[in-house]
Amino acid sequence: MSTITAQRPRRSGTTPAAARHRVAGGLLDPQQLLRSTPDALRKLDPRVQLRNPVMFVVQVGAVLTTIEAVATPTVFAWVITVWLWLTVVFANLAEAVAEGRGKAQAATLRRTKRETTARRLPQWRPGARVTEETVSEETVPAVALRVGDHVLVEAGGVIPGDGDVVEGIASVDESAITGESAPVIRESGGDRCAVTGGTTVLSDRIVVQITSQPGQTFIDRMIALVEGASRQKTPNEIALNILLAGLTIIFLLAVVTLQPMAIYSHARQSLVVLVALLVALIPTTIGALLSAIGIAGMDRLVQRNVLAMSGRAVEAAGDVNTLLLDKTGTITLGNRQATEFLPAQGVSLEQLADAAQLASLADETPEGRSIVVLAKRDLGLRARQEGELVGASFVAFTAQTRMSGVDLPGGHQVRKGAASAVREWIRAGGGEPAAELTSTVEAVSAAGGTPLVVAERVNGTARALGVIQLKDVVKEGIRERFAELRAMGIRTVMITGDNQLTAAAIAAEAGVDDFLAEATPEDKMALISREQTGGRLVAMTGDGTNDAPALAQADVGVAMNTGTSAAKEAGNMVDLDSNPTKLIEIVEIGKQLLITRGALTTFSIANDVAKYFAIIPAMFASVYPGLDQLNVMRLHSPTSAITSAIIFNALIIVTLIPLALRGVRYTPSSASALLRRNLWIYGLGGLVLPFIGIKLIDLLVQFIPGLR
Amino acid sequence: MSTATAGWLQAGLLVVALAVAYRPLGDYLAYIFTTNKHWRVEWGIYRLIGVNPDADQKWSTYLRGVLAFSAVSVLFLYGFQRLQEYLPLSLGFPAVPADQAFNTAASFATNTNWQSYSGETTMGHLVQMAGLAVQNFGSAAVGIVVVIALIRGFIRSRTEQVGNFWVDLTRACLRLLLPISVIFALVLIAGGVVDNVAAAHPVTTLAGGHQVIPGGPVASQEAIKELGTNGGGFYNANSAHPFENPNPVTNLIEIFLLLVIAVSLTRAFGKMVGDKRQGYAVLAVMAVIWVASVAGISYFESGQHSAAAAAAGGAMEGKEVRFGIPASTLFTASTTLTSTGAVNNAHDSLSPLGGGITILNMMLGEIAPGGTGSGLYGILILAIVTVFVAGLMVGRTPEYLNKKIRPREMKLASLYILTTPALVLIGTGVAIALKGEQAAILNPGPHGLSEILYAFTSTANNNGSAFAGLSVNTVWYNGALGVVMLLGRFLPIVWVLALAGSLAAQRMVPASAGTLPTHRPLFISMLLGVVILVVALTYFPAQALGPLAEGLH
Repeated sequence: MSTITAQRPRRSGTTPAAARHRVAGGLLDPQQLLRSTPDALRKLDPRVQLRNPVMFVVQVGAVLTTIEAVATPTVFAWVITVWLWLTVVFANLAEAVAEGRGKAQAATLRRTKRETTARRLPQWRPGARVTEETVSEETVPAVALRVGDHVLVEAGGVIPGDGDVVEGIASVDESAITGESAPVIRESGGDRCAVTGGTTVLSDRIVVQITSQPGQTFIDRMIALVEGASRQKTPNEIALNILLAGLTIIFLLAVVTLQPMAIYSHARQSLVVLVALLVALIPTTIGALLSAIGIAGMDRLVQRNVLAMSGRAVEAAGDVNTLLLDKTGTITLGNRQATEFLPAQGVSLEQLADAAQLASLADETPEGRSIVVLAKRDLGLRARQEGELVGASFVAFTAQTRMSGVDLPGGHQVRKGAASAVREWIRAGGGEPAAELTSTVEAVSAAGGTPLVVAERVNGTARALGVIQLKDVVKEGIRERFAELRAMGIRTVMITGDNQLTAAAIAAEAGVDDFLAEATPEDKMALISREQTGGRLVAMTGDGTNDAPALAQADVGVAMNTGTSAAKEAGNMVDLDSNPTKLIEIVEIGKQLLITRGALTTFSIANDVAKYFAIIPAMFASVYPGLDQLNVMRLHSPTSAITSAIIFNALIIVTLIPLALRGVRYTPSSASALLRRNLWIYGLGGLVLPFIGIKLIDLLVQFIPGLR
Repeated sequence: MSTATAGWLQAGLLVVALAVAYRPLGDYLAYIFTTNKHWRVEWGIYRLIGVNPDADQKWSTYLRGVLAFSAVSVLFLYGFQRLQEYLPLSLGFPAVPADQAFNTAASFATNTNWQSYSGETTMGHLVQMAGLAVQNFGSAAVGIVVVIALIRGFIRSRTEQVGNFWVDLTRACLRLLLPISVIFALVLIAGGVVDNVAAAHPVTTLAGGHQVIPGGPVASQEAIKELGTNGGGFYNANSAHPFENPNPVTNLIEIFLLLVIAVSLTRAFGKMVGDKRQGYAVLAVMAVIWVASVAGISYFESGQHSAAAAAAGGAMEGKEVRFGIPASTLFTASTTLTSTGAVNNAHDSLSPLGGGITILNMMLGEIAPGGTGSGLYGILILAIVTVFVAGLMVGRTPEYLNKKIRPREMKLASLYILTTPALVLIGTGVAIALKGEQAAILNPGPHGLSEILYAFTSTANNNGSAFAGLSVNTVWYNGALGVVMLLGRFLPIVWVLALAGSLAAQRMVPASAGTLPTHRPLFISMLLGVVILVVALTYFPAQALGPLAEGLH
């Protein structure tokens, strides 16, 4: 342990690498537009374009008008043609900009993935000591490693691939992935054994068992994710695409069948005008921005240091009905402190404190240390060193026994732990816990504290000595957070190992909707299944191997980066900061993604009204002068009207790129409130804005010579 | 009493009558399709056709039932007309020509009741009674059972079964349409509608001229014509004919009948999904459109733009003096909004913009309140589209009535909203591009375009009313419009039943504060917005060249 502390570098705040990872909420740098232009042009390839039916129609239209403009060149035909091409390019630009930001991140990651070599230990088996004499070692390229290989990594070395530490303990610099410069401890066994390829060992030496094939490591997946290479359309995106394609077909029919009606009315329309009408009517705004919205949504997660393994998971996050939150670290600060010793009848305060201190000596948890501190502060008991107690054997805390303690020579045993576990221990030792003990335990629990019962067994008879009260501090502001979640229709369930009473008190203080006390992994699993049977979507965080089944079962399972590879494999997201509170942010990002799509779809469809009023009178007012009454914007001339509508249509795409990347503003509130707000802004805005925009553009366009 | 007062009074009476019928009829409708009890006579029918009435069907089996029943109906009706001359009560009429017989068979089996023939000079009493009138019941019942299957899709969970078509059909006919029709046939007879099986009656008029007055089983057919939103008149003049619709009272009864089932179905819907507010919300959308339409047509029809109109107190050309403007516009708006297509005045003679509204009414997809059953499933599809966009805006995978709107549901809803516009636009575009079919237009200019547009809009939406002014009894129009009617009826039914199956297979999603409420005014106005933006605007260019070009000066 001491070596690690000695070598741990000073926390120097945020390094440049970290700063790159934490770019603020997705603002658009104008430079990015310029930088992404070549990519946008490359996407004009019809095979690429075909994936987006709306924009494909625009591109086909642009090709047709180009032919028409070449055949019979007029200023009008060329202006329309140019703006149609610009419409397509702008749409590609939106996607390219969204992807471009991921590419920059991928480049940073690739640098960490430089060609490394590995020191493979072909003969090493778990349990063997690693010395140069006992184990032969061979140097192989990292790409040659296979699942199950063992490699040795020493201070200064780069871990060649994802794996679990099977021998040793080391401090590891994971800033390449998390952007966090403070090193983390990785040790064999337990829930802190996972290491990631590309990270650097700072101290000590460890043996790592490789758990992923080359090319499928965490960094590889991360690169693929941020680049959008593995991006698949999510269900909602597919459904929206279907609707947009349907609308496009309807408008295509409306425009194609308009020509025979126009010919009958002695108002035959040119191809350019018909294409312009079609492009104005089909939902180009949302069609152009749809994929950028999806990429940007994933990107917003990455910026919060969350890696979603699929877009589907992000969408599911928006749909979540139930959040399972671990109490410790999420709802409470996590370091429960001993605040009071409550001795049993016939036991002095000193006796209890002494026994409590004894039982806590080997307890390295914050709770354990706080007991030693309290004993010293309140009663002046000096902390005994481990070496002082000759012949003592310490019993470590396990999730099964839920007790820790010490066995002293001469049959004197001291235990402290969860009330029910210690009570069992007393009974097993022939004693009978007093009723008064139960009431003390309940009183502590009811007050939101955690009672630890201290007991001893001397000469074969066991008795309770008293209770230690631990207090858990609920995080500031968490209550308001839960109220917001409730308004969003999300139920929060607190998961804790505490007993019913303690859990109830904290649940009440934190304002969660429900809690699961004395939770075992099986309980968690059962809770998730129950919720899902009722049609609810469940999100949870977890880090331990025993969380893995629950993480896999949950609709959104966020694994902590500090967790085991099993947990990371089971979840569909990984939080690099290992901050369980982030689950709430993930839900918000998921919602924001859907809202952005819905808002821009509404905007796009609402735009049509103004475009109709611009283009229809322009097409037919010459034969039916009465139709000029529909020219409510009093646009200058038929050609200027159509041109203005098309220019507006193209410009609105560029204007909305920042919004698509940033996502529309989301404040947690009820569905009705959200709908009202978004309908006002994007529905009414979509109705009114184009009237103003087209009129303004018309005021300029009418001065183009040749465009009457 | 002034015309305006009469108008208000009639509209008010109509609304009151509908309100009174709403609860009992809606609850009865819900009961018919949820009860497990069979009538004895129904058992007999099931045994006769070899159906196990307690075995539910998958959506595809249900659909096969609908299609098989309708196919048999078309064939039967076609054969009936072709063999007319050999049948009793033919009144000496010859067989109906093949193209017209096809058109009429398609028309009555699809609940359209487009008539390229003139009833009193083409069809004998037997074809009218045993052919056309039977279809009036059958086609109306088909519409009702399809929407019932869709509602079951919403309320069932994790199942493939959406009900039994034969049971639903039998119950819709026996328990709903027949009893109400019998009662109202008697009411109409009391009101002066004729009903006999006599041959035409030659009379000598006061002026000494000779006139042949055709009688027939009119009242019995009139009731189901309106109740089942069919609209095919016994006489060519339809409900403008004094034997079909003699006075303002029968007129009001007929309007009530053509609205009452479609309106009450919203109650049955709310009751069946266990949240009556959902039914009220849908009804509210229907009501707003209906009121706006009545007001719009009334406004344009009472306008006094010409000397003749000024003298008559409104555009009286083509209207019956015994009804006047209010009773005519009330009928016109209701018949074009319900897929009935019966008329009590000549729509071709409506003012240009008034006529434009009747076309618009049909273009909305017959949803306010629409045909029996078809109106409700039409508006529910639009509600699904609305929920999809609105649901995204609240940040969740969209849900309607506790069912998720996923890609499959969206695909079917999109196909639905695509089908009718495609038929209307392609039909109109082709007809007007063909020189020969253009010649069928009697009026040149924009009004001629409106006539063709009206014909295809009416048939694709299964309305069946005609703008007239278009000679549609040609092989081309009989064939084209017949095909349009069949596609306009059965393609949407395929999508709706597939949707029912897809919804029924889903698990219920519990509602929470994060779920979009679909009964509030906000959602109602958004649904209205979708009706206008997604449906009506599609036709804006066509409307601009027809009614708008004619009406705007």
